Amino acid sequence: MRRHALPKVTYIEHNGTVHEVEVADGYSVMEGAINNAIPGIDGDCGGSCACATCHVYVDPAWLAKTGERSEMEESMLDFAAEVEENSRLGCQIKMSAELDGLIVRMPEAQH
Amino acid sequence: MSVAASDFPQDHSVDPYSIPIEKLDVSDAGLFERQEHWAYFERLRKEDPVHFIEDSEFGPYWSITKFNDIVFVDTHHKEFSSEPTIVIGDSEEFQPPMFIAMDQPKHDVQRKAVTPAVSPMQLQEVEPLIRQRVGNLLDSLPEGESFNWVDKVSIELTTQMLATLFDFPFEDRRLLTYWSDVSTNGDTVGGELSAEERQKELQHCLEYFGRLWQERANQEPKNDLISLMAHHPAMQKMEPMEFLGNLILLIVGGNDTTRNSMSGSVYALNKYPEQYDKLRADPSLIPNMVSETIRWQTPLAHMRRNALEDVELGGKTIKKGDKVVMWYISGNRDDEVIERPNEYLVDRANARHHVSFGFGIHRCMGNRLGEMQLKILWEEIMKRFKQVEVVGEPTRVRSNFVMGYSDLPVVLHRH
Repeated sequence: MRRHALPKVTYIEHNGTVHEVEVADGYSVMEGAINNAIPGIDGDCGGSCACATCHVYVDPAWLAKTGERSEMEESMLDFAAEVEENSRLGCQIKMSAELDGLIVRMPEAQH
Repeated sequence: MSVAASDFPQDHSVDPYSIPIEKLDVSDAGLFERQEHWAYFERLRKEDPVHFIEDSEFGPYWSITKFNDIVFVDTHHKEFSSEPTIVIGDSEEFQPPMFIAMDQPKHDVQRKAVTPAVSPMQLQEVEPLIRQRVGNLLDSLPEGESFNWVDKVSIELTTQMLATLFDFPFEDRRLLTYWSDVSTNGDTVGGELSAEERQKELQHCLEYFGRLWQERANQEPKNDLISLMAHHPAMQKMEPMEFLGNLILLIVGGNDTTRNSMSGSVYALNKYPEQYDKLRADPSLIPNMVSETIRWQTPLAHMRRNALEDVELGGKTIKKGDKVVMWYISGNRDDEVIERPNEYLVDRANARHHVSFGFGIHRCMGNRLGEMQLKILWEEIMKRFKQVEVVGEPTRVRSNFVMGYSDLPVVLHRH
């Protein structure tokens, strides 16, 4: 059987450092960063949408595919710093084949 | 409430396993002062993690003792209200409103108004000042003689920081410490002061800050907490009691918590000398050690909520109107989420995954500032001293809320 390639995510740190890694289906953008030791995402709560320490900016080209913020996500982002239109919490974006090639940028600091 | 407080606190140790589970009450402040609470919480986590008790000094209440159940309650703010207060005891006579004890939407507006004072950008700006002050203070400490680390270092540094956040007259800064201590030593958390006594003392706090408010309102907006409030449309018209409530919140939030983590870090590293060795061998572990200290210490033992509807949790039904206490101090010892939770490990993996800051919309606003102060303190200690040696057991604060130290005798040893 042909092996399916895992979806790729490109993380760009605030200082410009680029990390391109594979993140398996079902794992979140936050987990992808933590599991690959990419700096700039903390994920203190472990993915419960409860701490806002996995704030990322989704590349505008990918905004439609990553979906809408939930109400809880809105509330948590409300207290993060430097929130923009394309701000999301990485733990709330789950990877799938559709998101293969996703690009996210990290803020200067996590709240 | 008709029950006399003296019916409950016990001055002698009781084996928690000798008490019928339905009578197990963890609210007695003396348990924490004597460090006997650990066994009580261990039993609750094992036998009855969502635990109801009918009768206590603080009335009937639920105890939530496991990590994931705490996250559940903390993130369900629509079902679990923070009003009218976030500590276990109610005080009908004196309970000034503050945004930690408000629900949406008002909470969000007020919290957002003061957040810029502790934004990542603001922290970068104050970092050199904090480092300089820490250095000056450490250089002024006596050597070769015992002194109280709590007073000379933990209180002094956090009070200086607080004075800066408020742009408070520096020479009067110990007033902030005093008001913080008065606020947290109330009968609503098993402390000594009545509502009347606290109200009387805190009236001075209100008057003092009232003058600062007038001064800031007449100046250009700045990033100190008073100026942020005085120039914010949603906060300009606060009633005096609400102003006082929010002042208390910011004073206590920025004071007690970091203070006791500073003392706790010295105590823990002495209790576990092999961890101190590890840190000395690799000072890049300091940020991780800071998170581990905040977990291990859990400077605030609990937060309380009120159920707005019936909620099923852990096979129990929490009824609308019930008082729900999330015991952070217990969640941080839950071995289903944290490996070897009773050990203090400066190189613990995933050390940031603790519940000390709470989760959800009320999560600690000053968490990064607290961490930064601890990190700088230890970086500067390591430059100067081989050891901050603890030379006697600490004296602890009597409270079921603040996990604090009033005395920690130490001797310094230079490199």
